[in-house]
Amino acid sequence: MAYQPGMEAIASNIMEQTLDAMRDFSPEKYAQDDVRRALAMQNRDIEAFAALLSPAAEPLLEDIARAAKQETRRWFGNGVALFTPLYIANYCENHCAYCGFSCHQKIRRARLTMDELRREAGAIAATGLRELLVLTGECRAASSVEYIGEALGVLKGYFGVLGLEIYPLNIDEYYYLRTCGADYVSVYQETYDPVLYENVHPLGPKRCYPYRFYAQERALLGGMRGVAFGALLGLGDFRRDAFAAGFHACCTQKKVPQAEISFSFPRLRPAGDITAISNAITERQLLQTMLAYRLFLPFAGITISTRERPAFRDAAAGLVATKMSAGVSVGVGGHLEAAKGDPQFLIADGRGVAEVREMLARQGLQAVMIDYVGV
Amino acid sequence: MTDPFRLGNKIFTSRFILGSGKFSLPLVRAVTEQGGAEMITLALRRANPGGEENILGVIPPGVTLIPNTSGARDANEAVRIARLARALGCGDYVKVEIMRDTKYLLPENYETVLACEMLVDEGFQVLPYVYPELATARALVKAGAAAIMPLGAPIGSNKGLLTREFIQILVEEIALPIIVDAGIGRPSHACEAMELGAAAVMANTAVATACDPAEMALAFKLAIEAGRRGYLAGPGRVLERGGEASSPLTGFLEEEVI
Repeated sequence: MAYQPGMEAIASNIMEQTLDAMRDFSPEKYAQDDVRRALAMQNRDIEAFAALLSPAAEPLLEDIARAAKQETRRWFGNGVALFTPLYIANYCENHCAYCGFSCHQKIRRARLTMDELRREAGAIAATGLRELLVLTGECRAASSVEYIGEALGVLKGYFGVLGLEIYPLNIDEYYYLRTCGADYVSVYQETYDPVLYENVHPLGPKRCYPYRFYAQERALLGGMRGVAFGALLGLGDFRRDAFAAGFHACCTQKKVPQAEISFSFPRLRPAGDITAISNAITERQLLQTMLAYRLFLPFAGITISTRERPAFRDAAAGLVATKMSAGVSVGVGGHLEAAKGDPQFLIADGRGVAEVREMLARQGLQAVMIDYVGV
Repeated sequence: MTDPFRLGNKIFTSRFILGSGKFSLPLVRAVTEQGGAEMITLALRRANPGGEENILGVIPPGVTLIPNTSGARDANEAVRIARLARALGCGDYVKVEIMRDTKYLLPENYETVLACEMLVDEGFQVLPYVYPELATARALVKAGAAAIMPLGAPIGSNKGLLTREFIQILVEEIALPIIVDAGIGRPSHACEAMELGAAAVMANTAVATACDPAEMALAFKLAIEAGRRGYLAGPGRVLERGGEASSPLTGFLEEEVI
């Protein structure tokens, strides 16, 4: 838990609150009546969220889905935003036991030059996309804040909205990247269980749990418009992790009411030499988790990952998800030319932007290419 | 019956303002036509000029665009979004929406007044979205707003005129069109707002989330017309209790010459 040199600590007690709430959360104590009560509520509290995440909710999944779909429609209409990720570098100095980019993995490492970035950006923009998620591994030496800032400056010429999924930063660094064009920041805690967290992050900057935990709050203090939360489902007990991520986001939005908050639900998938996943979660459990978030925080964005198969993504899009990726490459680059560096994980949905737009239109959904005007 | 609706420097026949979010672009034309809407609001942040899925490309000809500033968190952002809208050819109308709360999406009245002052100076026809609050409305009149757009209920809630009493006060006190926006969930809500004396009604979620949006747009059109006629006709009073004899109780009095 110890902060390492250079890591900024902020005045906040959301982590302590989240850890306390997670400790008190017992999924087994809820009964179907609690779930029904949660469904009947208009503004759902943390107890309702807990009930919706509990095993007691599993048999009521259809009822939960109906209620969630209404909330999704009410808040987002039939719009589903499209974006694609662009990995600009995959150098990493962390030792995450579950990750394909981890520094112990023998993979091809690469970083895009500004010329390569321009070509990749041009190829992506030609598909009609206006929102890009920029990703790196965690390596301040190989993909520095200055490098990321320079990349954002290039990418801003091609896209209307830029998200970041990079290593956690200090407030002034987030501010700097905001001025370079970044709008949103995604940081996933992976697991909220502090013991497991330290076990799977034995070395490297990521070992510091609180620094990662407070990344969203620092990003907002640095002027970012929105932040994304999530846990890597399958790493620990998914119910506890999902509960903690929802609690974390809820507290952060209460503290910074203008923050746009969103969630992603990465399921742990085979990557590199990691093939066995001990806490694997089922598709049904994944859907239950997503629906519970929609009912608890109906205004939050929910992104559906390309780790999931097309039929699941298509159904989730009309039901609960408000954003999905299309035309995805998870290697470094890979949109125009062959990827320069190896991928972080395997994707299950390789459809391009046009195919995803057609799928949405067939379901009566509206593809949203952009939903933010930077002024 | 001729009953023109003057909004800023234009005159309209329809009093139904349609919001364009939350439904598929290919439906925009049918919904506009069925609803007889002559004004459509659109979120500039959703417009994708020159790109795919661009709402600016599907607005039927002859319909007046009212870009909104959704996404703005303060007056300065709203002003910059309005300028951008004008530069994109969206005209001089702008619906000012300033929100600093992503959970409830409630308007920020103070910043809205500031934005209105700045935008009127730049020649915009400003339609501010606000809580129905008299002091704010008076400040907006002073700032030169073209109308006031009070919320009926939280946006997207379809709950109807929860702020009825306060909207009534604005109708009585403010010499600008009062356009009820947000929360109007059913045609009957729209009718009720018009009966109160609202000059127009704006709706989006109610139409967009209907099973048949075009049919719902038509229902809104008819309800708004009915409510307007009811208002103009001057509704009979409602008695709190009992009945009332139709022959006067004071008919025995004679005119005296004094």
